[in-house]
Amino acid sequence: MVMDVIKSIFPFGKAEDKAAVDIATSRDVQEGDTKIEVKSLNFYYDKAQALKDINLSIYAKKVNALIGPSGCGKTTLLRCFNRMHDLYPGARYEGQILIKPDNINILDKKVDLLKLRMRVGMVFQKPNPFPKSIFENVAYGLRILGIKSKTELQDRVEWALKGAALWDEVKDRLKDNAYSLSGGQQQRLCIARAIAVEPEILLFDEPTSALDPISTGKIEDLIVELKKRITIVIVTHNMQQAARISDYTAFMYLGELIEHGKTENIFTKPTNSLTEDYITGRFG
Amino acid sequence: MRESLPLDTYKEGRYVIGKDLIFIIAGLILVFLVMSLLLSVIIVLVLDGWTRLVDPSFYTSFPSRFPERAGILSAWVGTVYVMGGAIFWSIIIGVPAGIYLEEYARKKGVIGYIERLIEINIANLAAVPSIIYGLLALGVFVYIFNFGESILTAGLTLGIMMLPVIVTSTREAIRAIPKDIREAAYAVGATKWETVRDHIIPYSLGGILTGFIVSASRAIGETAPLITIGALTFIAFLPPSPITSDFPFISLKNFKEVLLSPFTVLPIQIFNWVSRPQEAFHINAAAAGFVLLVLTLLMNALAYIIRYKVRRKYKW
Repeated sequence: MVMDVIKSIFPFGKAEDKAAVDIATSRDVQEGDTKIEVKSLNFYYDKAQALKDINLSIYAKKVNALIGPSGCGKTTLLRCFNRMHDLYPGARYEGQILIKPDNINILDKKVDLLKLRMRVGMVFQKPNPFPKSIFENVAYGLRILGIKSKTELQDRVEWALKGAALWDEVKDRLKDNAYSLSGGQQQRLCIARAIAVEPEILLFDEPTSALDPISTGKIEDLIVELKKRITIVIVTHNMQQAARISDYTAFMYLGELIEHGKTENIFTKPTNSLTEDYITGRFG
Repeated sequence: MRESLPLDTYKEGRYVIGKDLIFIIAGLILVFLVMSLLLSVIIVLVLDGWTRLVDPSFYTSFPSRFPERAGILSAWVGTVYVMGGAIFWSIIIGVPAGIYLEEYARKKGVIGYIERLIEINIANLAAVPSIIYGLLALGVFVYIFNFGESILTAGLTLGIMMLPVIVTSTREAIRAIPKDIREAAYAVGATKWETVRDHIIPYSLGGILTGFIVSASRAIGETAPLITIGALTFIAFLPPSPITSDFPFISLKNFKEVLLSPFTVLPIQIFNWVSRPQEAFHINAAAAGFVLLVLTLLMNALAYIIRYKVRRKYKW
């Protein structure tokens, strides 16, 4: 009782760690199997319901796209997968999001958010590197994992930058401020930062909406490359992008999941008339 | 159809060049007026105090009843010590307080209500007259805690006086950090504390230093609260130096003695000299006034340099 009051006054990060459900790493499911299972998920910002009874499977080592008009809840759903909403007061979840293979409900209060966010990386809409050096940006996740060895840090930063197809462009200026890079390079740096801690799932929140076509192409190629080992969930406004790179597409409208299936099916023979109207550009 | 607007109306109607010109001239005159007032004060101080300013013994002598032998040694040493204390206390209390209010404080419930009450009152604290801080310090630090009329008490008093500005500027600086950068830190698995330590504090340092400049400049010239807590006007000795020539070069015993020793500061010394009838003391006052100005400028320059370095390192 007293501790609860103290915790509510000093909400320090790792207070609930001891009771935390341990999220194991390294095991993974087969390609094409369900990686994340969303079961009757409702989400509220204070009293406003933003997601209504979502049931959805995200498939392992595939690109899973979330599409829909502005305000349909696709970004809200994406941010449920790494519990980003918890940073802001008033967010409330109902239902379950199960991560395979351990079948842990990540909406459980006891889930260790830090480990969850290391397993579920995120790349944001606007490139958001830290105002530090290129090296430090990528090394940050590794440092807070507790890696101190300089050679190990260097190796893993190089590995992550290569994985993000950025190494050749920055290898001679790792000490430069990340803001000296172009927008597209910054976004790839953010991808490198996210993959450095080797997540199983990577969330992309409209990663190319602030970029030019050439940078967009590079990021798209990268996403297709990354899906060989990482499960990708991408929110996009750009339907061509969803058609180009995704294997599965979910169409959302007003907080509800309208249709979900293989991308070619959604785009060639949608079963719901709303989906058809949206992908043919009649609204949105 | 609407008749198209003729393009040769430049000198007519709204585009009268004269009104802009009048404003520009008026603005310039006002700026020069203010600047020249300040400049003339500095010039007068230098001219009046010139004979003492160029005299090295002015800086190395204690006050005396003979104006030509009186110096500002105890006053400037006192100012340096007291400001050191004030800066220490205001930063050690103010920066964490600002971080707590901005990053950790809740907006809901009973605790949220208390925290909002604190927030509002921090703004009010900045408006409290400095003499009131002096009375507070006299009651709390001198009589309750028995710190005496000491450098420690003076540092705490000025430190508390600087707090509201430091807290407010810390919060502003934190608020200026884009939300995305914060989310980026959480997204790679950082705890709240790691985010604050690795990102929030370093990126807000520039703004914190700005608040520091404003508040320290105000505190260095304060006289009223220090007179209230019993600063002396005549001190003919220095506290022992906390830095010694023997290993380990810092003497804790001396340091404690410094904290508890009586003091005077430049503004009090100036006030004391100005209130003397003899003309010669007024020369001393002018010279000491100039020294106070230079000390303030030096302190600000240092903070500006640090701020410049910080801003260049962390820019977004």
